[in-house]
Formats: sequence, structure tokens, C-alpha cells
Amino acid sequence: MSNSILLAILVTSFATYLSRFLGVLSSEKIKETSKIFRWFNCLAYSTLAALIARIMIFPVGTLSEADYLSRATVVIISLFIFFITKRNLVYPTALSAFLLAIINNIF
Amino acid sequence: MINRKYFFKGFTSVKGVNSPALALGCSFIAIGAMLKNLGFTIQESIFSTFLTYALPGSLVMADSLLVGASLLNIFLAVWLVNARLYPMTVSLFPLMMDKSHSRWKYYLSCHFIAVSAWLIMKDNYKTIEKKYRIDFWIGLGCATWSIAIAATVLGFLASDHLNKDIIIGLAIVNPIYFMCMMIGAMKTLEITLAVILGVVFGFLFYFVSPEWSILFGGFSAGTVAFFIGELNVK
Repeated sequence: MSNSILLAILVTSFATYLSRFLGVLSSEKIKETSKIFRWFNCLAYSTLAALIARIMIFPVGTLSEADYLSRATVVIISLFIFFITKRNLVYPTALSAFLLAIINNIF
Repeated sequence: MINRKYFFKGFTSVKGVNSPALALGCSFIAIGAMLKNLGFTIQESIFSTFLTYALPGSLVMADSLLVGASLLNIFLAVWLVNARLYPMTVSLFPLMMDKSHSRWKYYLSCHFIAVSAWLIMKDNYKTIEKKYRIDFWIGLGCATWSIAIAATVLGFLASDHLNKDIIIGLAIVNPIYFMCMMIGAMKTLEITLAVILGVVFGFLFYFVSPEWSILFGGFSAGTVAFFIGELNVK
């Protein structure tokens, strides 16, 4: 393994584990019935929602090569499939890849 | 040490209609292909998913390597993008901690905190006796972690056969899966508001600071959702 890649992997892993480790450390002092737990619960869901919105609306990397209209169309069709299949997760996720590949070629 | 029955229950919970296997697999196939194109060896790619196991962090590492960023820059950029793991851990581990277990179980298994396993555990914890939740979690984490590692290998090996359209298609699978799971989780006023406001605030804060938009947007949206939820309870 080259040294620079190995070091980058180790630094990335450490930076990632740090948040998880500190999370467990804090959890030792937090009761599941407390208000602070409920607050963190809201923070976790809202941060994830912000992350997903960021990935979809302002993507970096590969997804940025598909334009807004293609991504928005896939999101709407996937949501439609999700609801008509009684909230089945496999159909919309599996179809989204095909949809984006096809729609991206059309637009 | 680990209750086998609950470990396997957790391990096999990745099957079924809510399975994250497909979404997780697709996104790590894309990661495997991307790492190969960046010049990683197969060992380095496996090592990366094995140790990091967080998609946005791996993407940031890849971007940083491309522009020749320093190790300190990589650390700060990854820490910032993965800081969401902190509230995710704090909102899950108190539900699984039981005095009958050694602490090492929690400190080792927190490595499995990632959106897919987290959402499944949040969806299922009430059906499992508190004492056995950590064993279920370890089983679930081992399953999602194994899928991610296997998919990285697959993506690395198949990278020459994946054209641009396929890679773009694979990249949207995971966010679509997360989006549908989050909508499924909107069962209380607090959570519904947290998700909707998270999207809105995350979007708005992007125009103030793209780097901090997830944390600022998430923090403000979660806090507003919490207070509105509290007022509603009273």
C-alpha cells in the first residue's frame, strides 16, 4: 500500500470513529426518557434530512453529472412508487437507478 | 458474551421489504469503482470501507486526495461531514445500554452507526427486550458492514465494465432509499417536523455556508422541531 493512501484512510477512519466514540461516551450519561435524549433524536433526524437534501439538490461527485430535472423526476416517480406499493422500499430504490440512467440520456 | 439468537435475528433483519442490502450494495459498488479509478489497490479499497464505513466520508476523502489536500485538511473535512454520526449515536445508544453488558460492546459496535442500520434499529428496537438490543444491533451492523465490504470488492473488480450512466444510476439509489425510509419514520409530530425542517433549513443554509449547511441546518431544524413537539405535549 502506498503511504499517502494508507495515511488518508487512517485519518478518515479516525475522524469518522471520533463522532461515534464521543456519541457512546455521551450516551452513558443520557437516559432514554430525558428531554435531552428527545432533543438529540430530533437533531439526528433533521441532520439526516439535511444531508439527504444536500445530496439530492447540491450533489458532489458522480450525481452532479445528472441535471436537476433528471434528479427531480426520479425523486417524484420513486415517491409515487413508494406510496402505491404500500411503502415498499425495494421497488423505488431498485427502479431509481434505471430511471436516472434512462432519463439522463433523454434530457 | 453475545447472545447468538439475537445476533442472528439482527443479522437476518437485512432481508425483507425494508432491506437496505440493495441500496447499500449499489452505493458501495460505486465507491469501489471510484476508488479503483483514484489509483487505490483492492487491499486499500477493502481497508477503506472496513475502517471507515461511512459513505460521505469516503467521498470527501476521495475528493481531498484528488486535489492533494493535507492530512489535517482531510481530517477536518471528514470530521465535519461525518459529525452527524454524533447525534445519531446519542439518539440510539441510550436505547440499547444495559448494565448486564460490558462497555467494550458499545465502544466497538458504534462503528456500525450508519444511516441504513440506524434507521432499521430505530424502527425495530421496541420489539426487542432492552437486554438483547445490543446483540441484535451487533448482528445488524455485521450484516450491513459485510454488504458494504463485499460491494466495494465487486465495484472494484467490475469498474472496467461500468459505464458512466450505470455509475450515475447507482449514485442515486442510496439517497432514494434514505428518503423513503425517512418518510416512513415520520410517525410523530416531532420527527415529521424534524425531517421537513431539516430539508428546508439544510437547503437555505447552503447559500450561507455549503460546508456547514448540514450541521447548521440540522441543528436549527432539530431544535425548532423539539420545542414545537414539547409545546404540543404540554
